Amino acid sequence: MELNPPLEIDKALLKKRNAAETRFKLYGLAAVLTAVLVLGLLLTSIVSKGYTAFEQTYILLDVRLDQATIDPKGTGRQEDLAAASYRGILRDALKEQFPEAESRNEKRSLYGLVGSAAEYDLRNAVLENPKLVGTTATIAVKASDDVDSYIKGFIPRDVPQSDRKIKDQELGWLDTLEADDRVIKKFNIDFFTHADSREPEEAGILGAVIGSLYTLAITLALCFPIGVLTAIYLEEFAPRNRWTDIIEVNINNLAAVPSIVFGLLGLAIFLNFFGLPRSAPLVGGMVLALMTLPTIIIASRAALKAVPPSIREAALGMGASRMQTVFHHVFPLAMPGILTGTILGMAQALGETAPLLMIGMVAFIADIPGSINDAATVLPVQIFLWADSPERGFVEKTSAAIMVLLAFLVVMNAIAVLLRKRFERRW
Amino acid sequence: MDMQNFKTREKAAMAEPKIIARDVNVYYGQSQALKSIELDIAANEVTALIGPSGCGKSTFLRCINRMNDVIESCRVEGRITLEGIDIYNSGLDPVLLRARVGMVFQKPNPFPKSIYDNIAYGPRLHGIASGKDELEATVESSLRRAGLWEEVKDRLDSPGTGLSGGQQQRLCIARAIAVNPEVILMDEPCSALDPIATAKIEELIDELRENFTIVIVTHSMQQAARVSQKTAFFHLGELVEVGETDKLFTSPEDQRTQGYITGRFG
Amino acid sequence: MEQLALFFALIFLIILGYILGKGRAVALSGHAYHPLHSRLPYYGLYTAIWCGLPSLLLMAGWMAFEPAIAEAIVSSKLSASNQNLTSDQITLYVNDVINLASGGIISREVNNDLQAATDSYIFFRQISYFAMAVVAISLSLGGLFSSLKSISPDLRARNKVEKIISVVMMACSTIAILTTVGIVFSLIFETLRFFNKVPLTEFLFGLHWSPQTALRTDQVGGSGSFGAVPLFAGTMLITFISMVVAVPVGLMSAIYMSEYAGKKFRAFAKPLLEILAGIPTVVYGFFAALTVAPFFRNSGEFFGLDVSSESALAAGMVMGIMIIPFISSLSDDVMNSVPQSLRDASYAMGATKSETITKVILPAALPGIVGAVLLAMSRAIGETMIVVMAAGLAANLTANPLEAVTTVTVQIVTLLVGDQEFDSAKTLAAFALGLLLFIVTLAMNIVALKVVRKYREKYD
Repeated sequence: MELNPPLEIDKALLKKRNAAETRFKLYGLAAVLTAVLVLGLLLTSIVSKGYTAFEQTYILLDVRLDQATIDPKGTGRQEDLAAASYRGILRDALKEQFPEAESRNEKRSLYGLVGSAAEYDLRNAVLENPKLVGTTATIAVKASDDVDSYIKGFIPRDVPQSDRKIKDQELGWLDTLEADDRVIKKFNIDFFTHADSREPEEAGILGAVIGSLYTLAITLALCFPIGVLTAIYLEEFAPRNRWTDIIEVNINNLAAVPSIVFGLLGLAIFLNFFGLPRSAPLVGGMVLALMTLPTIIIASRAALKAVPPSIREAALGMGASRMQTVFHHVFPLAMPGILTGTILGMAQALGETAPLLMIGMVAFIADIPGSINDAATVLPVQIFLWADSPERGFVEKTSAAIMVLLAFLVVMNAIAVLLRKRFERRW
Repeated sequence: MDMQNFKTREKAAMAEPKIIARDVNVYYGQSQALKSIELDIAANEVTALIGPSGCGKSTFLRCINRMNDVIESCRVEGRITLEGIDIYNSGLDPVLLRARVGMVFQKPNPFPKSIYDNIAYGPRLHGIASGKDELEATVESSLRRAGLWEEVKDRLDSPGTGLSGGQQQRLCIARAIAVNPEVILMDEPCSALDPIATAKIEELIDELRENFTIVIVTHSMQQAARVSQKTAFFHLGELVEVGETDKLFTSPEDQRTQGYITGRFG
Repeated sequence: MEQLALFFALIFLIILGYILGKGRAVALSGHAYHPLHSRLPYYGLYTAIWCGLPSLLLMAGWMAFEPAIAEAIVSSKLSASNQNLTSDQITLYVNDVINLASGGIISREVNNDLQAATDSYIFFRQISYFAMAVVAISLSLGGLFSSLKSISPDLRARNKVEKIISVVMMACSTIAILTTVGIVFSLIFETLRFFNKVPLTEFLFGLHWSPQTALRTDQVGGSGSFGAVPLFAGTMLITFISMVVAVPVGLMSAIYMSEYAGKKFRAFAKPLLEILAGIPTVVYGFFAALTVAPFFRNSGEFFGLDVSSESALAAGMVMGIMIIPFISSLSDDVMNSVPQSLRDASYAMGATKSETITKVILPAALPGIVGAVLLAMSRAIGETMIVVMAAGLAANLTANPLEAVTTVTVQIVTLLVGDQEFDSAKTLAAFALGLLLFIVTLAMNIVALKVVRKYREKYD
């Protein structure tokens, strides 16, 4: 039974109103779903572009490891083995595999099948197992990035030869190799143990990860104590006056200053004025600390504010000084909130790129940094650098590096959430 | 206003109670707020709901126009009928119900809009007034019936939030009657007001009784005695006693009612 | 390495100070006739602070200024001996000296002069380092002995320690101010130098931006023109596109999440929106450049439209996506502070949910939402990575979202990354753009925060 509407109500209007209600609700749902869908799209596009980077194509070659070429003196010492020219041996093996390559150009493209650092794969195999010397061994060497891309299916066969990185002749060789089961894929451990390289098949993220760690360590060492002490001062000790008002307004505004402006600050003050080293995690960490400081101060103040005044009154009532009250009671109680805020601030700093470009952390650095004064890069900047590289092989590396970065961020955020859940206190 | 409409309503009211509540139980999550309430509310009378705070009187009031729907954890069981129709019937549109059962709240809550727009809000929603002139007429008559017209006729465009507390509450009453409901629910309408404003509102309630059925929640027994014909006493989620106001205050049947009206608790 | 050794020596002295200070207090407390003013650890802390703080401050100051001083010494020597060098050449030369000293790559052949300059530079640095070490250690020891001597039962060690801590805290709280001052000064200083070379009016109103100045006078690179209007237009175009995406989607999802969604849906969708907010901008940039932009270009081709592969549309859309969670969480806050009584009033009149939202809640929350949009806009204006990766480099004065435009932040990055010529108008222009960016975003933030605060006060 339906309730009779009051006589004055227009029934047609009512229908329209209900339709409008449904429509409005659908708009809302569509908005949420759009956001979720875009997130899904973004993650899928990255994973689908990047998961292949965790595998690397290797070519199995029968290599003749003559005693005469590798270790003519027969000492068998590691230094002597390492000093041998493996490039020639590798080339001989390739020539033996495909004797039909005769002209210079043909030979060059034949040698190009393996990566530019493939000789080191060979050398490492010999060093690991010196008994191989004097035998003909089947050794897996890294394929070049173009071959790698082709094997992973990124270079289609059906485009005309002139538009294709892998030419017909190379395709023929690869087909033969594949038919002999000489093309294999292995887990790409080098991606996690190498620093950056110009060759996609050699490039890894370890240098950037270490750079990020150094940078974050500096950031944390600076902005945690400074941020927490500032928050304690403003929340617990500072008199309410014009000066503290200025500090407060200032902190809120700093929180919204574009990050690139902090980079300009770092360039003008730290590099040009103080003459600190360019590209160094030390300066990167300092810039990020200034950028993260407002976040930590604001979070810490909120955590301190959440501690009820009754705790302070109780401690003061027992004869504790203000300082003792704060450091013995209020600060420990606010600690989980402060830590959560700090971790979130650190996560933000870890993902930050723009200010680091300003202070030169964007240079190509093939070494793993050894100290905070060495030239280094960080994960997001490495992503930016790789995204800019023209080689096909870097696309998957970029996506893979993004996956690593996101994994770090997920872990940090998960810790923050756990901390909050574990220590959340309702007063 | 359609006087014919009021007449027919009045006739129907004579015959049976306007609102009938049977075995109404309300839960907020796990806790039960109302226990098996049975109450008849007669048309064109003022029914007062009294009781100590937390007794469930406001909860019951909000059941009558399904304002509890807005609260997520709230669950209502039982049957409340308006002119014989179950208002918790699943096919029933709460929007329609609320157009027939208006409500005035504890704290005056005018919209942050002009006085005119506050009153015109309901008629516009429901398409009651067709055309600008009719809308203006509705606004004027509502304000007149709420006794506010003389005070605000020159500043209909100024914001409703700029009025005094008592005026704001009368504005809210005017806003409620602008859609011409049958029942007006009032949830402690004077608790935020000074005595003079309270007196004005009480006077207004008495006048409104002629055309509307009024249910009022109040924490003041004097107010209940002044404005209502029937009074229901709630205690700990139960309806303890209901009856003619005069009778309930002079010779209550229940011990608890006795205790409350003599000030032993509450 | 040497710095580390000094650092550890100081740490050792500090710990020693703590132990000695406490020990001295213990010895004093043996005389029971005169009780100590403070508890024992405070005497240790008192000594440790006097032992460590002055020398650490000295070291920090020394290390901050010493490289600049050393550089100044080298360049003054150089300009004294070679009057015919320009200041740019001197800077380059000094850079080589420093790089050679630290074993880096240098731009010229190492000759005797350079080697001599480098040797004297290294010598100066070593002298300076030893001087610092000596001064720091003696400061430390001096602090240790004088504070030990001053320990007596009457010494109010706790009050003194607390006083020092509160001074340290105050100093920390001024760092935020110093940061702002640093930003303002560094930007203004370089900007003024820029306006010495390029007139302000050209910068603000000029329609042509091509900052490539010729390195040599005979080059055909042009003299460089610095009319920034195309950059402003590009920034505004991309910001506008991002707002067109972010405001409706963000606002509607906030409304849906807070007014319609059930508990389960909220528990699922809210964290997802938060993830969207936590993704680094460089990832959005990659997504824009490698997924969204090609998609737009290909679909444009399909409809016969010429879409640039660095279209403003792609950058703006992805920026909008990045800002969705920002808008939705801010407007969620704002709408939640609209009092429940207003909703009740509207529902009690027989309004539907959507009528209540559009006719009561949104109008009441409008100032707050405007504030939120302003904050979001300032964020979009200052966002760098997405545009650096997905927007164009060439200044292009157009309102067509399918074409490539460039933005202020993109130009700052391109002007400052890579080979830099010192003091050229090109590098200085980046600071002028930075100052402008800072002023505009700051103004928007101040206005937005004011609006939001005023709005909050209304309902508190």
